[in-house]
Amino acid sequence: MNSFSYTRAGDVAGAVNEAATNRAAKFIAGGTNLIDLMKENVARPTRLIDITRLPLNRIENTHDGGLRLGALVTNADTAYNEQVEKRYPLLSRAILSGASPQLRNMATNGGNLLQRTRCYYFYDTATPCNKREPGAGCSAIEGFNRMHAVLGTSDKCIAVHPSDMCVALAALEAVVRVSGKSGDRTIPLADFHRLPGSTPDIDTNLGEDEIITAIDLPPKGFADHYAYLKVRDRKSYAFALVSVAAALETSGDTIKEARLVLGGVAHKPWRNTEAEALLNGKAATRVNFQVVAEAIMRDAKGFGHNTFKIELAKRAIVRALKHAAQMETRR
Amino acid sequence: MKNEPENRITLRVNGAEKQMNIAPWTTLLDALRDYLDLTGTKKGCDHGQCGACTVLVNGKRINSCLTLAIMKDGADVTTIEGLADGETLDPMQQAFIDNDAFQCGYCTPGQICSARGLINEGRATTADEIRELMSGNICRCGAYPNIVAAIQQAMQTIERSAKA
Ligand SMILES: Cc1cc2nc3c(=O)[nH]c(=O)nc-3n(C[C@H](O)[C@H](O)[C@H](O)COP(=O)(O)OP(=O)(O)OC[C@H]3O[C@@H](n4cnc5c(N)ncnc54)[C@H](O)[C@@H]3O)c2cc1C
Ligand code: SF4
Ligand code: FES
Ligand code: FES
Repeated sequence: MNSFSYTRAGDVAGAVNEAATNRAAKFIAGGTNLIDLMKENVARPTRLIDITRLPLNRIENTHDGGLRLGALVTNADTAYNEQVEKRYPLLSRAILSGASPQLRNMATNGGNLLQRTRCYYFYDTATPCNKREPGAGCSAIEGFNRMHAVLGTSDKCIAVHPSDMCVALAALEAVVRVSGKSGDRTIPLADFHRLPGSTPDIDTNLGEDEIITAIDLPPKGFADHYAYLKVRDRKSYAFALVSVAAALETSGDTIKEARLVLGGVAHKPWRNTEAEALLNGKAATRVNFQVVAEAIMRDAKGFGHNTFKIELAKRAIVRALKHAAQMETRR
Repeated sequence: MKNEPENRITLRVNGAEKQMNIAPWTTLLDALRDYLDLTGTKKGCDHGQCGACTVLVNGKRINSCLTLAIMKDGADVTTIEGLADGETLDPMQQAFIDNDAFQCGYCTPGQICSARGLINEGRATTADEIRELMSGNICRCGAYPNIVAAIQQAMQTIERSAKA
């Protein structure tokens, strides 16, 4: 770890000011990703701005009937929050499928959005990586790429975003609230993370001086028909190879609305609204689920070790939709 | 390192107020082991992956290797050294002995602190739930079945003494 100076932010404006005046400064919340990356010399901030004592640690109802999750509420407190469990169980499930109890007690909602890829070359400073060092080259494309992306890749980077929470947030059409030098703004979750394109070093559309203050959940929680399916190398405490957040609104056997987001397959939570819409007005049958799965994975491209993810994702989509559709009868 | 910026922090460790001068990059794990000589808490991976460094901060289990000590200024920390009451072992410690829940013992302080945190959280009752919610603690010796048995025993002991 490099040496750095430390300051504790007293208010949001102060934190934003600190970040705006020092480009090499970084916010720190739970520290579970940043400290790890600092120990590996991948992140080398010269100053840490401790934001953990800012008053962004509440979960509260919004005027429109939704729920606001403070950026500093821990992942554990969010997943076990009574309102989240009751109204947004998909989000609870997704969070609880990630990391470990200790890490969830530390990790914050803001930090979870900004966690960086687990690509092993990104972590290994002895190998070239465009995300760590723009222009250096990508070691994964022709290297060992079992965990890497099959959708939305570029010839510069094929990394995946590792978050489970964000997959559920995308399905719920969450909105990220941020505060920066030029004021406050909101960013729909779908537009928060970027595809790698020619600038894989930039993960998100958050400005350098911007701080996440909260995540808003719209009223619709899909509590009756949802599933979070995470496929991984072991039963617990592992990142997803493929994950699927499925949420359905049904009337009888007919699907009125479907939301489907994939994790572990792209540089951001992967949603294809056109493919999703194929389910509108359709019966909840295996055949219809298969049609959507094929449509979502049509443009997928494997890189050798990760090509299995394409078939795996199709099957995971079908299974997740089946679970979501059958929930009531399973109860 | 030369000219380390020193920061004075206070931690309440196992019930006693401790002041120390540390650099901002000192982890809570290193502060406990190197500054307070509390070497019961172990360093396994140093990257949040194994759970050997688990301690309780304000009653919640966390990985001390990914925690900066300076960020916990004023916090209440419980380590494995703080669980026993004099010569009387904590029910969790006793249960680990009764069930032979370790071999080399390296993961054990983290397992016991984590299991203590698990009980505070109150989310696990079945063996499956215990396994899932203890997944953050890896045991290289594979003592898992006995660890689960120990936690089940301790849960009963603690529940009984709470009722009494
Ligand atoms: C062993 C291990 C296993 C894991 N497994 C999983 C898993 O299976 N699934 C999963 O989803 N995650 C997993 N994680 C990742 C974990 O969920 C993230 O590390 C965590 O959510 C990050 O949150 P944090 O508060 O600790 O962030 P920090 O490490 O404090 O910060 C991360 C980044 O976000 C920035 N930041 C933090 N808060 C804000 C804010 N409010 N505004 C602006 N910037 C901010 C920081 O500057 C930093 O760049 C795992 C982590 C580890 C170590
Ligand atoms: S996939 Fe992306 S993060 Fe991994 S080595 Fe290539 S450029 Fe780096
Ligand atoms: S030493 Fe902290 S988790 Fe391994
Ligand atoms: S007893 Fe040896 S690592 Fe668990």
